[in-house]
Amino acid sequence: MFKFILKRLGIAIPTIFILIIISFILMHSAPGGPFTSEKPLPEQVLKNINEKYGLDQPMYIQMYRYVHGIVTSFDFGPSFRYKDRSVNDIIAQGFPVTLKYGSWSFLFAVTIGIALGIIAAIRQNSIFDYLSVGFSISAQVLPNFVMAPILVLIFTLYLGWLPGGGWEGGKTQFVIMPVIALSTSYLASIARLTRSSMLEVLNSNFIRTAQAKGLPKYKIILSHALKPTLLPVISYLGPAFVGMITGSVVIDMFFSTGGIGLHFVNGALNRDYSTIMGITILVGCLTIIFNLFVDILYAWIDPKIRY
Amino acid sequence: MIIFKKNIETLSKNLSSDEIQGRSLWYDARMRFFKNKAAVTSLFLLLAILFFSFFGPLLAQWSNEEIDWNVLGDIAILGSPSFETGHYFGTDELGRDLYSRVIQGTKISLMVGVVGALIAVFVGTLYGAIAGYFGGKLDNLMMRLVDIFMSIPYMFVLILLLVIFGRSIIMLFIGIGLISWLDMARIVRGQTLSIKQKEFVEAALATGVGNFTIIIRHIIPNLLGVVAVYATLLVPGMILTESFISFLGLGVQEPNTSWGALISEGAGTMSYGTLWQLLFPLFFFVVSLLSFFFIGDGLRDALDPKDR
Amino acid sequence: MIKIFKVFIALLISAFLSSSVYAKKHPVTGEELAADQTFTYWHGDEHSSHDPQILEDTYGSNIARDLFEGLLSQDADGNLIPGVAESWSANDAKDVYTFNLRENAKWSNGDPVTAHDFVYAWQRAVDPATASPYSWFMDIMSIKNGGAAISGDVPPSELGVKALDDYTFEVALTASLPYFAAMTTHATTFPTHQATIEKYGADWTKPGNMVSNGAYILTEHVINERLVRERNTMYWNNDNTILDKVVVLVIPDENQGLTRYFAGELDQGPVPAGQFKKLKAEYPDQATSFPRLCNYYYTFNLSDSGIAPFQDVRVRKAMAYAIDRNVITEDVLQGGQTPAYTFTPGSTAGFDVPKVAFAKMTQAERDSKAVELMEEAGYGEDNPLSFTMIYNTSESHKKIATVMAQMWKQKLGINATMENTEWKTFLDIRGKQDFEIARGAWCGDYNEASTFLDLLTSPSGYNDGKYSNVAVDQLMTEAKTSSDSSKLYTTVERILAAEMPVIPIYHYAGVFMLNPQLKGWPYDNVEQNWYSRNFYKVAK
Repeated sequence: MFKFILKRLGIAIPTIFILIIISFILMHSAPGGPFTSEKPLPEQVLKNINEKYGLDQPMYIQMYRYVHGIVTSFDFGPSFRYKDRSVNDIIAQGFPVTLKYGSWSFLFAVTIGIALGIIAAIRQNSIFDYLSVGFSISAQVLPNFVMAPILVLIFTLYLGWLPGGGWEGGKTQFVIMPVIALSTSYLASIARLTRSSMLEVLNSNFIRTAQAKGLPKYKIILSHALKPTLLPVISYLGPAFVGMITGSVVIDMFFSTGGIGLHFVNGALNRDYSTIMGITILVGCLTIIFNLFVDILYAWIDPKIRY
Repeated sequence: MIIFKKNIETLSKNLSSDEIQGRSLWYDARMRFFKNKAAVTSLFLLLAILFFSFFGPLLAQWSNEEIDWNVLGDIAILGSPSFETGHYFGTDELGRDLYSRVIQGTKISLMVGVVGALIAVFVGTLYGAIAGYFGGKLDNLMMRLVDIFMSIPYMFVLILLLVIFGRSIIMLFIGIGLISWLDMARIVRGQTLSIKQKEFVEAALATGVGNFTIIIRHIIPNLLGVVAVYATLLVPGMILTESFISFLGLGVQEPNTSWGALISEGAGTMSYGTLWQLLFPLFFFVVSLLSFFFIGDGLRDALDPKDR
Repeated sequence: MIKIFKVFIALLISAFLSSSVYAKKHPVTGEELAADQTFTYWHGDEHSSHDPQILEDTYGSNIARDLFEGLLSQDADGNLIPGVAESWSANDAKDVYTFNLRENAKWSNGDPVTAHDFVYAWQRAVDPATASPYSWFMDIMSIKNGGAAISGDVPPSELGVKALDDYTFEVALTASLPYFAAMTTHATTFPTHQATIEKYGADWTKPGNMVSNGAYILTEHVINERLVRERNTMYWNNDNTILDKVVVLVIPDENQGLTRYFAGELDQGPVPAGQFKKLKAEYPDQATSFPRLCNYYYTFNLSDSGIAPFQDVRVRKAMAYAIDRNVITEDVLQGGQTPAYTFTPGSTAGFDVPKVAFAKMTQAERDSKAVELMEEAGYGEDNPLSFTMIYNTSESHKKIATVMAQMWKQKLGINATMENTEWKTFLDIRGKQDFEIARGAWCGDYNEASTFLDLLTSPSGYNDGKYSNVAVDQLMTEAKTSSDSSKLYTTVERILAAEMPVIPIYHYAGVFMLNPQLKGWPYDNVEQNWYSRNFYKVAK
């Protein structure tokens, strides 16, 4: 197992390099540079600015300088859009925000989702089953850009319980609505996936054997049925994670949290090369680490899988 | 001693005249599917919506882009649904008939959802099964590629594609297709890893069946349950992705529209007394997606080999 | 006895102090002031910078006007009033301006504000190393060696600005500019503190590092979330500042912004397009609309890459006539915007809106004339005109484009395909003349018609439609030095109406929801240069 982890980490590094190169090329191929604006800059000024940010060098030199900066000093360079901030500043400020409500959403979605799914599967065709399936389905079809304004209308305007947005360092009242808006659809997917997976598992032979042996129900579920049930759910966690990062854009827009999702989108729209690159690398590393973690979890749960 | 010769003659005649029809497993699956009331209802609902999108325009009094200048001044009052003005579903913020726009949006969204999911299923399943089955270096390479693709900001790729090749429905399909197969590949690969350890695969290998035949005839059919369920989880995802793209201004161009665009417009005007702008497209959206869910469930139940 | 007496006196005094007789009142109007003097307002997205020499958007300028103070400021009507400069004068030729600075202006760290700070700042603005996106503004100001410094031909120290002594600042111009003084209200000309910038480099704009000379200092800045500025006790006029704190919240979704305004989280909130009438009816004292110095138009691509039908002036005029501007301003936008038949807004100082021919017709007359012109040009039912119109992604632009396309279709049988692209791509496409007809808008950099009409001259770098008319070029050059430029501008507008290189649609109005407790908003200042130190909040 240890060798496996090392091997995967070893592959991760060239992966990240390739990621950087591909993203770099893509970004520079899109028309419009970071300094196109309503008042197009006179040639000379444009030249000055391009010189200052090193944009007039050929691509491979720009890329080399950039990678060099990261590797030697973790310096992602200045932001092209927010002229008095560096990308490090932006990430340092935005990432903890996204991390906080992202992890809470994830935790919430996974624990409640799995619990819901298991109970629904055990009590198949009961009221609870129908209710939870009904809930998960309706939660999945409500896009989060509809849910977010509805939440604000209810909790901020009509009830006045929660502030309509902002973050202020992550105080609890600012975290609640983002977590609800972000986690609900993933909670629902996880619940459904767990339920259908558990139903499949409960019908398999070894469970029947355990029942025949007279094991109590809870022991069957926890010791025998749980692990195989979770396999497809774990496969789903990777995409769920990436989905939450994308979904966080809507959360950032509606709740003004200042997370990296919105920085990302704005960066793309403003051709803020350095910020996009910085966040891409960050997200890339996270995804790779997370997928590695998922693979390990997979192998732990299903002993038949050998690497 | 054969006593009832006549009966026996009749019996032999009957036996020889009727060919014994084998009951294939697919037949079993079909029967099981149709017994599932929810799935069948959903199938009918989907067909109804499809029917609506094809024949609905016959009843429409306004086109999907024509502005009704009379309601423009005060949409909240003049633009509400009514039979007299011919706006069965009311109008949108610009005075355009919502009925026609919902029909047109239905067509586009269903297309996007189905095509996107199909691309995901075909490409993703094949890719994931091959990677999972062969394992080793090939698996590693293929999955690393998937990791890289998943880490690339897809929105950027989309902007790029849409700008370089121009905006069109086809570009949208390609763009959404490019991201949709990745998740499926991961999941299929995960499942393949488990399935390939099973005894019947070992048996097939032992009898000398070729690798690709094993993949196609043994592994993939056993994946179908998970693939079906996940594919139906994908369709709403496709439609939501498309709406997010429209949200950013990169989706279907005006005057064409989609559910996603209509819903996000409707959500914005929620508190201004024009709830119909949200409710009608949301209704179609929800009903279609629910139908896909139930059909997916029905398919899973029908195709699940453990039930046989 | 004495003890009881003391207690009694104490009680009397505290009762006196806490009675409303002693509540704070506005020194001039006598209105009772609210206890919490905080003003919270709305941004639709994060500003790019509030460093005076680097900022480039209105959001950034608004913030800079609170954090810093320039030579001159504007009052509520847009007139020039002293800022750091107590008085100013120009020579007869109007090419040397002298500003006499007040001696009690201080930076937030106690240093005095001197003419050297202005010299440093203006040199910094033209220094190629600063790479200021607004350095071209310094060029327009026609300062001696400005252009040369920007292109790097001469060092910034050669710029025609001099500190005659600590409190006298002199500027030498290359041309005679009567409106030069007005240009010093622009944020790019604000002074900056040399020692701070040299110490912190690009980080000097962070709260805690920043040293500023305005009525407020920066205390908090979280990108995409909020920015907070609080009273600067070192400001020379601090005694007259009433607002203690100004907070900006960034809320990209307009509808969300309105919701949070109603929830009480904002004092000033956005009005989504089309909602103004309703909001005005329900909340007449909160919904506000007033003219602003910006226009909104569609420009034809008249260069070689444009399409042939647009070279025909009859087609252009027909398209311009067929647009019912009243529908757009009254039914779609509903924000009190004015229909535009000229390129320059009527609210511009020193500009009389000329009554161009097509402004005087009724819409019905315009429509029939449009049909006539199209037929003459050879387009109609059997030969419909088709083209693509582009605009940058936004709800209101989409609405207007949709309405325009429908008007053209219903009246002239035109097939207009709409295409929207996001901002950066849009600017790029338009800047390369890679379009057929495109949306445009321009806000004046200073309150004079040339800031608009210069756009349509041949050498202008912002003339994306590549319209070129020798007469217009000549008239605009003349107007720079003429004493009665309004007549020349009128002639230019008439030429524009006759040739229709652009279709003017409407002139902007400032539209927002404002908490009636907040007083002092400069509604009559078309440039909308507002200063928080002039605001105050009254008690409910």
